[in-house]
Amino acid sequence: MATTTKEISIADASSRSARVEGELSGETMAINVGPSHPTTHGVLRLMMELDGDVIKKCEPVVGYLHRGDEKIAENMTYNQFVPYTDRLDYLAPLANNVAYAMAVEKLAHLEVPERCEAIRVLCCELARISSHLLGIGVYGMDAGAWTVFMYTFTEREKLYTLFEELTGARFTTSYTRIGGVARDIPDGWLGRVLEFCNGVLPVIDQVDKLLTRNRIFMDRTVDIGVISKQDAIAYGITGPNLRACGVDLDLRKDKPYLGYEKYDFEVPVGTTGDCYDRYMMRGEEVRQSVAIIRQVIDQFPEGPYYAEEAKKIFAPPKAKILSSMEELIQNFMIVTEGPQIPAGEVYFEAENPKGALGFYIVSKGGGVPYRLKIRGPSFCNLSILDKLIPGHYLTDITVILGSLDFVMGECDR
Amino acid sequence: MASEELALLQGRFGYLTERPSADHLAVNCPAENLIEFCTALRDEFDYDLLLDVTAVDWDAASPRFTGIYHFLSTSKHEYLRVAADCADDIHPSLPSLSGLFPAANWHERETFDLMGIHYEGHPNLRRILMWDDYPYHPLRKEFPLAGIETPLPAADVAEQTKASVLPAPMMGGPFVSSGDGPMSQTEPRARDESWTEQREKPTD
Repeated sequence: MATTTKEISIADASSRSARVEGELSGETMAINVGPSHPTTHGVLRLMMELDGDVIKKCEPVVGYLHRGDEKIAENMTYNQFVPYTDRLDYLAPLANNVAYAMAVEKLAHLEVPERCEAIRVLCCELARISSHLLGIGVYGMDAGAWTVFMYTFTEREKLYTLFEELTGARFTTSYTRIGGVARDIPDGWLGRVLEFCNGVLPVIDQVDKLLTRNRIFMDRTVDIGVISKQDAIAYGITGPNLRACGVDLDLRKDKPYLGYEKYDFEVPVGTTGDCYDRYMMRGEEVRQSVAIIRQVIDQFPEGPYYAEEAKKIFAPPKAKILSSMEELIQNFMIVTEGPQIPAGEVYFEAENPKGALGFYIVSKGGGVPYRLKIRGPSFCNLSILDKLIPGHYLTDITVILGSLDFVMGECDR
Repeated sequence: MASEELALLQGRFGYLTERPSADHLAVNCPAENLIEFCTALRDEFDYDLLLDVTAVDWDAASPRFTGIYHFLSTSKHEYLRVAADCADDIHPSLPSLSGLFPAANWHERETFDLMGIHYEGHPNLRRILMWDDYPYHPLRKEFPLAGIETPLPAADVAEQTKASVLPAPMMGGPFVSSGDGPMSQTEPRARDESWTEQREKPTD
C-alpha cells in the first residue's frame, strides 16, 4: 500500500493540533506505567488516562521503596545511621553523608576543622559530578541518544575508582562521621582528582556537541514539560530543576556552609523551565563543580581531618585507640552509647545534586535521635507530576521523567 | 536578625510564642490560627517556599503531637520553623495548608500516613508511602521497630498463599544494646525488641 508523504504530514498536523486544543473525541484509555519500568528510573508508578495519544490525567504512585528510614533512625546512634544515608540518593551517597553529618554537628554546635571542610566540599562536588553524569547519560538515552550514555558512564567509572580509594567502597561510601570523616585522604589522591577533572571537561564538551544542538533531542525537549517560576516554588521544587525555571536559589551561595563562600563559582539559571533547560543546567553545573574542586585542591589546608576537641562525639583513629588508654575509653563510650548530642531541634539542608536534602532532628540528649525527618528533594520534585504531565503526549513522559532526574531511594525513604 | 524578625512577627500576630531552636528562628502557632499566619507568611513576609511538613510524637506528654513546618524565603534566604500543637491526643488534627502551598499536599499525606495526623480540608488525604489498607501509623512511638503482623495488601494473593506481612527479624541488626541483663543477652539490637536465642519472643 502506497503512502504518500502528504498523508503523513496531514496526520501529524492533526495530532499536533489535538495537543493544543485537547479536543479529541472518543473514549479515554487507562494506562499504567511502572512500578517496574525502564522509563521510571526505579519504582515509580504512573496511572494515566489517555485520550488518543494525549494524557488527560496522571496520578503518580510512590512508596514502593519505603524502608522506614526515619523509624530506624530513632532506634540507633547517630553514627550508625550514616550507612542508611548512602541509600537515600544512591547516585550521590557522599553528598548525603555530608549533609547528615552537618545536620547533627549543627545541633551539637560543633565546628569541624578546615581540612575536614575541604575534604567534604570535594566529596559533595565529586558526588554532584557523578550524579549529573548519570543524569545526562540516561536522559540522553531516554530521548534515544544512546552514545551519550557510553561517554558519561566511562567518566563515572573513573570517579567510582576515586571514591573507592577514598572510602573503601564504590557505591555505599559511609564516609562521614559526626565531627569529621572516617579517614584522611590517601597519598596522591588529590592529583588523581585533578587528572579526572582535566578528563571530564572534554567529555562534557563532547556531550554538548552530541546533544545541545541535536535536532532530534531539541524537538523532544524544547517547550516540553514547562514549569513556571511560581509553580516551581509553590510545589517546593529545589536544586537544578528549580534553577531551570529561572529562580536563582542555590544554598551553596545563599546559605553558605562548608566554607563555600571562599570559592568562586557561578550558579547557572535557566529561562523557560522546560526539559531542555533542565538538561542545560546539569552540564553547566559539572563545569562549575570542576572549578570548585580545582580551587579546593589549590589551597588544600593542612591540619586534623576531624574535630579533635569533640571527645564525646568523634572516636579517634585506630592507631591512637590501640596505643592510649584515654582514647580507648573515648572510643568505647562513643561506640556503645553513641556521640553525645545536646537536646534541641535543628533543620539543616544541603544543596545536593537532586535538590535540597534536609534533615530535621529532634534530640533529647544522648546518642540516639528522638525524631529524625528526612526531606528528600526527589519526593517534592515528583509531587508536581500530576499537574505537569497532563496535556503532553505519552511519548513525552520519558523525557519529562528523565529531565527531572529523580531517585526513588530518596523519594520513598 | 532573627530577633528582629521575631519581634516583627509577634507584633503582628500576638498569639505567636518563640520556640527554642538550635538554629533558625522558630515560632509556636496555635492550630486555629495556622492558616491565617501561613497566608501572611507567604504573601507579606516572603516565606514562599514550603520545604517540609512533618510532625513529632512526644509519647506520654500532652499535647502529644506537634506539627512542624519549615519555610524558606527565596528572597531573604532565611529559614523559619513553625510548630503547631494538636489539641486532641487520640485523634490529632491540623488544618491543611495544601490550598496555600501545593507542596503541602504530598507532605501532609506522608505525615498522615506515618504519624496519623488528620489534615482538615486536604483534597486527597490518602496514604502515600504505605499501602492504602495499612492499619497502623508506623512513626508513632508505640509502634515497634520490627513491625506488626499485617494482612498482605493483595487479598487474592493472601488467600492463595495464606501469607501475611511479618515483623522483621531483628537478630544481628546494627542497633542499640538494650542494656538490661548480662552482656551475652544484650547484644546490640533494636531498643524495643529484647528477645534473643536464649530469651523467647514474648507472645501477647
